[in-house]
Amino acid sequence: MKKLAALLATFILVATSAFADTTVKVDGSTTVLPIMQKMVEAYMKANPTVKFTVSGGGSGNGIKAIIDKTTDIAMASRKMKDKEFALAKEKGVNAKEIVVAIDAIVPVVNPANKISAVTLAQLKDLYAGKTTEWKALGGEGPVVVISRDTSSGTYETWEELVMKGEKVFPGALLQASSGAVVQAVSKNKNAIGYVGVGYLDASTKGLTVDGVVGNEENASSGKYPISRDLYLYVNGEPTGEIKKFVDWALGAEGQKLVKEAGFVPLKKK
Amino acid sequence: MAVSRKAKDSVIRIAFLVTALSSIVALGLIMIYLFIEGLPIFEHVSVIDFLFGHLWYPTSDPADFGIFPLIVASVAVTLVSSALAIPLGVMTAIYLAEIAGPRTRGFFKPVVELLAALPSVVIGFFGMVVVAPFLQEAFDLATGLNLFNAAIMLAFMSVPTICSVSEDAIYSVPAELKEASLALGATHWETIARVILPASLSGISTAIILGMSRAIGETMVVLMVAGGAAMIPTSLFSPVRPMPSSIAAEMAEAPFRGDHYYALFAIGIVLFLFTLLFNIIADHISEKHKQVGAATL
Repeated sequence: MKKLAALLATFILVATSAFADTTVKVDGSTTVLPIMQKMVEAYMKANPTVKFTVSGGGSGNGIKAIIDKTTDIAMASRKMKDKEFALAKEKGVNAKEIVVAIDAIVPVVNPANKISAVTLAQLKDLYAGKTTEWKALGGEGPVVVISRDTSSGTYETWEELVMKGEKVFPGALLQASSGAVVQAVSKNKNAIGYVGVGYLDASTKGLTVDGVVGNEENASSGKYPISRDLYLYVNGEPTGEIKKFVDWALGAEGQKLVKEAGFVPLKKK
Repeated sequence: MAVSRKAKDSVIRIAFLVTALSSIVALGLIMIYLFIEGLPIFEHVSVIDFLFGHLWYPTSDPADFGIFPLIVASVAVTLVSSALAIPLGVMTAIYLAEIAGPRTRGFFKPVVELLAALPSVVIGFFGMVVVAPFLQEAFDLATGLNLFNAAIMLAFMSVPTICSVSEDAIYSVPAELKEASLALGATHWETIARVILPASLSGISTAIILGMSRAIGETMVVLMVAGGAAMIPTSLFSPVRPMPSSIAAEMAEAPFRGDHYYALFAIGIVLFLFTLLFNIIADHISEKHKQVGAATL
């Protein structure tokens, strides 16, 4: 009996230690989620002893989770705000930022629209509700402005890089996902929307911004004006499994998956 | 040893009591949670500003939490869809219960009820890719994703509820009422209008309110086809942003227990109060027109 108990105890000890320090929790942005899912799948295949759980609760939730130490890696499609850094420090968390991929946000119109180029200033007027007719840009018909939800990371980037402090006017049609934006623009000849470069296909027409095509090359060189970094946040300098994973993700194999997920890989160093 | 009948009886009674209580407790807990998570927003925004503010910019700094356009949008979508669904639903019900022969009835009733089984995301998708471009072409609109499109799709979803509940109500009107009316020389049509409809009014109004509750709380459809502009609609074809679609669209990105999160729960409270009001009205009406016996008409 005693032997059995001892055996059981060792078994539990081994079992828990085998699981306890190798489960990595990832939470946060739904934009980064497809990249992370691809990476984690491939990584777990190569390293069967490491277990990842990935969930997409939004950038805000991911950052909140890293501050509260309820996750190991937070995904974010925006930079952590100073307020959040301060809160983290207060709770003894030293949030470290890792850029994992680049996303270019491209304005798209219906293929039937004659326009193929815009300037940043024109985009701003369109989204502020000041330009209401396509005539002003050389097209025809009323303008239907389609935007992402105000809480989306893509929207926040758009507000920062295009609107520059102004707000998208309340008459803009808000869509809950990039897929819905593509769908709405492809069905409406008056519409203009914006999506990440991974969502470009034949159903919509991408516009050049200030004469620059929004593609991988121009986004990673920084020539394209509406591109942003996608982030991972960890608590402190990464160690152990997390460090191994992060190094792998930033390496050639991981970055290949970024491209597969439709985003822009980091510039090769 | 045989269990006494009395003991058996009390065991069954307790079993039912526990079942009933557990659903009440669940509802109570959900309500408490809703209020705990929603009320903190009012430390930052006054109730008046929240309910009657015209700007909804929950992530700006400083943020605007005015849900008036959202409330107007919800009410407008519900009213327009009711205007479409109530005549359709009630008239179909009358036809099925009173006019159609048993074979037609046996075929059409399940078909109508099958409509209720269509997932809302399918209806939303249909509205997005088929109805929206059609409306845009037919009425020469800037966009087909608007109040009217959402109302049509919601009417689609509430017709089966309204129809099948009122059909049951009409069908269960006692036969002697109908026979008495016909015996007095009234035509079939007069019997329907003067006897059967008033007698089943309690059931029909419950059906209508149930259909409207479904329309005001429905999320997927309004998320997909209402357009999502947080503006007070100026016409039937304005894009709108009803309350459920705001909650669904923004909850994932709202930082846990941040102001935005609290504000979304507060919208949930408003929505809850709306449906509560609907149910109280339904209860009141069905109580008032309750048919307790054949002689009360």
